[in-house]
Amino acid sequence: MTDRTVAIVIGAGHNGLVCATSLARAGMQVLCVEAGDVAGGMAAQHELAGGYRVPALAHVAYPVSAALRRELGLDKYGYAPGPSADTIMLDEQGRHLVLGSSGVSGPGLAASDETAYPAFRQQYLRYARILGKLFDNKPPALRSMPFTEKAALAGLGLKLRFGLGRTAMYEFLRVAGMNIFDVLNDVFTDDRLKAGIALDAVMGSAMGPRTPGTVLTWLQRLNGALNGPLSVQSGTQETLLPALVQAAEGAGVELRLNARVERILIENGCAAGVVLQDGQTIAAGLVVSGVDPRETFSRLVGARHLDAMFAHRVTQIRGKGVVAKLHLALSGQPGFSGLSDSQLGNRLVVAPSMRYMERAFNSSKYGECPEQPVLEITVPSWHNPSLAPANHHVMSVNVACIPCDLEGGWAGQREALARRVISLLGRYAPNLESLIVDHELLTPQDIEQRYGAVHGHWHHGELSMHQSFMLRPLHGASRYDTPVAGLFLCSAGCHPGGGLTGLPGRNAARRIIERRTAP
Amino acid sequence: MQDYDAVIIGAGHNGLTNAAFLARAGLRVLVVEKNDYIGGATVSRELHPGWKYSNCSYVCSLFRPEIYNALDLGRHGLQVIPLVSSMTFKQDGDFFGSYQNPHIRRRELMRHSPRDADAAVRFDTDVMRWCRLIRSMLLRTPPDPGSFRPRDALEFAYLLKKFHELSEKQLCEFIRFFTMPIAEYLENYFGNETILAHYSGGSIIGTGLGVYSPGTAYVLLHHAMGEVDGNIGAWGFARGGMGSVSRALASSFRAAGGEVRTGAEVMRIRVSGNRATGVELASGEIIRAGIVVSNLDARRTFTRIMDEQDVPPHLLRAATQFKIRGSSGKLNIALDSMPSFPALPDGSPLTLGHMHFTDTLTRLERAYDDWKEDRWSADPYCDTLIPSQYDPTLAPPGKHMMTVFVQYCPVEPEGGWTDEKRDRFGQTVINQIGEYSPDFRDLVRHVEIRTPRELENEVGLTEGNIFQGELTFDQLLFNRPFPGYAQYRGPVRGMYLCGSSTHPGGGVMGAPGANAAREILRDLHKPDTTPAEFSDD
Repeated sequence: MTDRTVAIVIGAGHNGLVCATSLARAGMQVLCVEAGDVAGGMAAQHELAGGYRVPALAHVAYPVSAALRRELGLDKYGYAPGPSADTIMLDEQGRHLVLGSSGVSGPGLAASDETAYPAFRQQYLRYARILGKLFDNKPPALRSMPFTEKAALAGLGLKLRFGLGRTAMYEFLRVAGMNIFDVLNDVFTDDRLKAGIALDAVMGSAMGPRTPGTVLTWLQRLNGALNGPLSVQSGTQETLLPALVQAAEGAGVELRLNARVERILIENGCAAGVVLQDGQTIAAGLVVSGVDPRETFSRLVGARHLDAMFAHRVTQIRGKGVVAKLHLALSGQPGFSGLSDSQLGNRLVVAPSMRYMERAFNSSKYGECPEQPVLEITVPSWHNPSLAPANHHVMSVNVACIPCDLEGGWAGQREALARRVISLLGRYAPNLESLIVDHELLTPQDIEQRYGAVHGHWHHGELSMHQSFMLRPLHGASRYDTPVAGLFLCSAGCHPGGGLTGLPGRNAARRIIERRTAP
Repeated sequence: MQDYDAVIIGAGHNGLTNAAFLARAGLRVLVVEKNDYIGGATVSRELHPGWKYSNCSYVCSLFRPEIYNALDLGRHGLQVIPLVSSMTFKQDGDFFGSYQNPHIRRRELMRHSPRDADAAVRFDTDVMRWCRLIRSMLLRTPPDPGSFRPRDALEFAYLLKKFHELSEKQLCEFIRFFTMPIAEYLENYFGNETILAHYSGGSIIGTGLGVYSPGTAYVLLHHAMGEVDGNIGAWGFARGGMGSVSRALASSFRAAGGEVRTGAEVMRIRVSGNRATGVELASGEIIRAGIVVSNLDARRTFTRIMDEQDVPPHLLRAATQFKIRGSSGKLNIALDSMPSFPALPDGSPLTLGHMHFTDTLTRLERAYDDWKEDRWSADPYCDTLIPSQYDPTLAPPGKHMMTVFVQYCPVEPEGGWTDEKRDRFGQTVINQIGEYSPDFRDLVRHVEIRTPRELENEVGLTEGNIFQGELTFDQLLFNRPFPGYAQYRGPVRGMYLCGSSTHPGGGVMGAPGANAAREILRDLHKPDTTPAEFSDD
């Protein structure tokens, strides 16, 4: 018999949609309520004045896993991974370095580095694949572990020992807790190359290359590379989101936009539904939150429904956004010195060295904006001209190491930062400033206001070691179920964390179904 | 024919501990030391007439009581005076004191934050739980995750059993504790800036990490798990300076028939047929022994005193990649009289303990940022003590000896160390103390300033790192010093490591020396003379 429980999923971000669809396909009657007027949250698109469109937040991504595509039939709804993009480390003298999934090349690159890179990447992809086994399922319960989980873990242990082999396993155990700074310095000499790899380890996190645990964050990110090459969002996004929405509707999910949830209804300790901002109450036996866990517990549930220590721990979850987003509407194609037009579709990065990155991170620690921030640049309109008027372009820039709570507040300083970033860009793309028609800078605070991510943190909580696996978002809610019966989590704030992976949503749905059949 | 059964390179506290246990098993043991004095970094020397400086390690706490008892160090003259307090001066003229007396401590916490006073109870119990857990692993050889020998399986089983005594919640708490930055860990309990700064200080001592670096919470534990007379977490002074620790060890070693030779620097470990056969001294003299034990740090041992062909390439790489990261400096100061600290009430006992001058986490973190840029901290974290207050043997009557441990100090500042730079470094420290003690500068009669350069050249601590290698996840337990070499054995038969770069790591603890001795005796099929894991509960 099919289960007709009414389940409410809060938030139509990509994880919310994945979870809602999986539940509906399992026979549940699912309602997905979204505060915004479009589905997709941080993965959606954003409209600038004058008919320019830009990726809201995520502007580069790896393909979602084959399993997810199969389970939700995404390909049937037109999902296709976007064209592969390389990472180009920009150099002021135009001596750019190109990092691809297969190799690295560029003027002045030492032969030793060029040969070491592919092997190094392969080695860490193997580590990522092993970690990935942990990402595809709920984190283990250390005690009271059912036999199946014990077996799974044991299997993983054997993979470590035999899959990798003794030497590689030793190395894995050594580097797993290290910082990316030391690992890269041991292997490579080229600053651009080291910075290019370190970028993926720290982007979106309040960490510098020297922060212990950055190897783990990098592996978490590399896990996506197992699904296929990186691509600039414009391509992927325009197929991923529509596909997710259609898959949801196809599975019978009712999607309700412009419906902001005021609070989660709690009756005798159990989730009983949600109350919308307009006062409307929707009853349901099952509530799944795709909202930041901190927001979910502190505001939607409320401390009075939680154990005091648990409520306290929720306030201790770390995760302050450190990335601002600059959108530029351009009246023509930007020209980066030393870069051919055909290379404009790649991910362009301003981060000359790991030291530069560490310095930028230093100032963010004290609520200051770095003199020289780290920049991740894409030109989505290069892939998809329809994003801008004819011959016009849009540029999307992630500005890293920007504090969420700036000393003295953002009022008035937003423009100063925008100008600083634009002039920094100008050093690499001389004609840029003259092309700017319109610009928009989203500080982490703006991101919080627009997308509800607490403190504007991409991943709904820092991806640090002490907030991973059975500690994500915190003990007592790390297996997608919460102390409140009938309330589950499915956001990036849960294991295995952020990125356009859909994994938290997928794992959450499986957990919910498992709990229904065997509570 | 052999001159000795075993020769130990370096008369540091671990070398002597190791030697003493071997001698007690009936081996003919020789300890060779490059300096003219023994002790390595556990030393006291009269570098200014009338004053005795413990010029490297300066407090005694981590030293394992099991070893103290097994080697009968009390009878050999080691006397530890408990250290009763620690404190932090605030910039606004106030101070925070942490007393041993629980009632006074609570009252002081209340004065700064009633909420934190309550949290302190929770904090103490939690930290104590982890101390007890870790303590039971100190005097054991870590298992090798790559091997299938029964002993390793059993050791893993032992560890599993230990963790099995914890609840699901406690397990998660432990993992969290192990991987957290000290600042964030403390913020789970405390809210007061000064209290946070005061308790995080211990977590950065000796490491190239900041208070916001993951993994530093464990370092706190590493400093907190010490004991004096069975009081876990208590600190103490060795009467007569740290030198008396090594003197007592040496005397216990000699009583067991061992020999020590100073002024004898080892140039290389001799190997033939994949077996250690002895050592060659700088004098060219060759000492033959079937067992060679190095008290030097792992990198020094494998890259400096072993021939390249005796060390497998992967081990050589591991040794050069071993993270040492010197980050500390030290000042030893002869004072004409006791300096005054106006912030403290008259006769306050707080001058008897640790004195710190850094009262916010931000100041601590900025000190770390300086170090990352290869500069010494402009506003350093100083662990200051005046032991002459209750150990009259350290200075002439009425005069005093002050020891200042300084975090952070770079291994190699821009353009390398010069004496002029060293003195400027010392001056920043003296100025900081001067801000809290107006008469301090005038009382200074002699200063010994030690940067990583001095620590490396005199004591042989590579990069001047007090732990002989960072205490980070990648270099703890079965990863210390390198995966696959965590059981004290070197690459050739008969060759061993016994220094702090082996499990359980740095601090004047003696555990690495004892553990190495256990492994050696095991290989020789001799009775084990080392103490078993200690338990008072």
